[in-house]
Amino acid sequence: MKGIRLAVVMIVVLGLGYPLAMTGISQLIFPHQANGSMVYNDQKQAIGSELIGQSFEGPQYFHGRISSIKYDGAASGTPNYAPSNEEMIKRTKEEADKWLAQNPGKSVGDVPLDLITNSGSGLDPHISPEAARFQIPAVAKATGLSNQQLEDLLKKHVEGRALGVFGEPRVNVFKLNLDLHKLIQAKA
Amino acid sequence: MGNATLQFLLILILLFVIAIPLAKYLQLAFSREETKLDRFFAPFEKFIYRVAGIQSREETGWKKYALSLILANAALLGISYVVLRVQNFLPLNPGKISNMESTLSFNTAISFMTNTDLQHYSGESGLTILTQMIFVTMMMFTSAATGLAVAIAVIRALSSKGKTIGNFYQDYIRANVRVLLPLSVILTILLVAFGVPQTLDASTTITTLEGKAQTIAMGPVASLESIKHIGTNGGGFFGVNSAHPFENPNAITNILQILAMWCIPAALLITYGLMVKNRKQGWVLFGSMMAIFLIVLTVIYCAEQAGNPALNKLGFSSAQGSMEGKEVRFGIPLSSFFTALTTAATTGTVNNMHDTLTPIGSLVPFGLMMLNNVFGGEGTGFVNLLMYAILAVFLAGLMVGRTPEFLGRKIEPREMKLIVIALLIHPLIILGPSAIAFMTHLGTDAISNGGFHGISQVIYEFTSAGANNGSGFEGLGDNTPFWNISTGIVMILGRYISIIALLAVAGSLTQKQPVPETIGTFRTDNATFGAILIGTVLIIGALTFFPVLVLGPIAEFLSIR
Repeated sequence: MKGIRLAVVMIVVLGLGYPLAMTGISQLIFPHQANGSMVYNDQKQAIGSELIGQSFEGPQYFHGRISSIKYDGAASGTPNYAPSNEEMIKRTKEEADKWLAQNPGKSVGDVPLDLITNSGSGLDPHISPEAARFQIPAVAKATGLSNQQLEDLLKKHVEGRALGVFGEPRVNVFKLNLDLHKLIQAKA
Repeated sequence: MGNATLQFLLILILLFVIAIPLAKYLQLAFSREETKLDRFFAPFEKFIYRVAGIQSREETGWKKYALSLILANAALLGISYVVLRVQNFLPLNPGKISNMESTLSFNTAISFMTNTDLQHYSGESGLTILTQMIFVTMMMFTSAATGLAVAIAVIRALSSKGKTIGNFYQDYIRANVRVLLPLSVILTILLVAFGVPQTLDASTTITTLEGKAQTIAMGPVASLESIKHIGTNGGGFFGVNSAHPFENPNAITNILQILAMWCIPAALLITYGLMVKNRKQGWVLFGSMMAIFLIVLTVIYCAEQAGNPALNKLGFSSAQGSMEGKEVRFGIPLSSFFTALTTAATTGTVNNMHDTLTPIGSLVPFGLMMLNNVFGGEGTGFVNLLMYAILAVFLAGLMVGRTPEFLGRKIEPREMKLIVIALLIHPLIILGPSAIAFMTHLGTDAISNGGFHGISQVIYEFTSAGANNGSGFEGLGDNTPFWNISTGIVMILGRYISIIALLAVAGSLTQKQPVPETIGTFRTDNATFGAILIGTVLIIGALTFFPVLVLGPIAEFLSIR
């Protein structure tokens, strides 16, 4: 009986009081982050979260990493392929071939590996700067923009390590494509 | 390599900066005497005692302590099971999540009560906003507080003489109010500042740049993430845990989570030294465990950075290391560190998918969970380490032909029997159920990766349950009655047998007449003892588990290299 009363107190204090108080404080001082770091267009409509990857299939855009859940933000996951899994090896080969078809003269060892592997979350918003650079010839062909324009755009979007040490250099594909989209529109 | 080493070094420095003051704080928070903390926390604690109807805060012997612990845990378990079964009817369910199936509820309730956080459901589709708060978040506090209370009671028994070891309710409520809650509040605010959502909305739907609809799940994530790590729990808000960009958006949050899950297990070793009034005792344990940790960290980092041998053989680039199942923002260094630490501190949170680790890399989480004491989980890691320390003293005593002593107390057959039971139960509940799973389709049907890796998937699941870790080789199709019930039982045995055994050892040691230290006393506060301890841990671990590791990861490595 004592245990049950104590459990109810714990539920009220730690299960309700704590998270609700934290929600109140967070909404007050960090509303942008607390609500999912949303990005809005000029009409004030949310067009994505800067933290959650989006699926890009059009040839005019830079593409993100492989996502077995197709960037479904209501879910998350990967196929959890073991290093010895035949399916994984087959998929990686096929994806590499797709990229090599657009990059004549390159060999399989030149394809940045993050571009042809499934991320852990299926929602990875980033690719490596090398993976973005590898896509420039294809994007240039599809958009009519010059390699140099795209190279400049990419440079602006390379995010360095935190405090110069922690994490890895990376490019947010959604933010990159958002600016790319503006360039395409300006050109048209 | 250079940058990875620098990152690792800075994390270690930050750990010392946090753990040393925290160790002193822990000593103060659980002190038997009145302290300056009382003025601040006592009113709130008194309020809880009154509402919960806890009249007596008298110290008790180990039996009463263990009984109170079991009653408090059992009540939470029962209520949680009911909450999961009826969550559909409760408020704060904007996503219209249905009630949880009975064997899955059984597994999930036990999983969070035992600080394991094995998840056979996916947070986005399996739990409501309310259950994420009143079940998951709440249980993360209470299971960690239980472990912390046990560790403190055991240390208290070792550092004093008498019939009592403390009052469970007082230790448990102090652990929540004085330690876990303040740390979680600070960490929540930091995590939100760096991008983790904290809202009561379950999701929002947007139209992407390519004009497609994307529904993005969210919720009160930060308040759960903070205690998830501080309490070495590890159960994610979302299915993919800390690999999810909302749970762990960048390198800074990743470092915060690493430090959060490391600080209390590391600080407890120092607190132990402070409380037994011999700081070197604590630092010897700390140093020994750090040595093992740094060795395995090097192994996993090198293995993952070298890339997947099966892909390297085909000419793919290995410059980035093995990126399948990993996130670009963490890369190999922070993914490797997280994996090593989450299994050392038996948290079970993951920022990359362990199923996709290279075979040699996967030996590290396997090994750390099998040892189950390299820092270890909240409180229980210390308890397990202490068992090995006493065992090391015993072995050393046998070698020189003296009655073994630990902290001036004779170690006799009763203590050794209890410790051996607790030590043997660990391999038994891992290898026994694994053997059963291999013999039946109920077990083998869940395997998603063929060949030797399939063996690893099954062993990993029971190792994780037995060590109360909670990470998984998540390809395993484990939401079936067979897996839910079997791992549920393994988690209970893995948690409570060693806790009760060690409380009993503590109870018996505290009543012994201290033996004066002589020149012939085997010292437990120097490097010799550290080396014997490391040897004991590694030899027992290797003798027990090496054969199954050969069948799983090592065979996989040999087949694809």
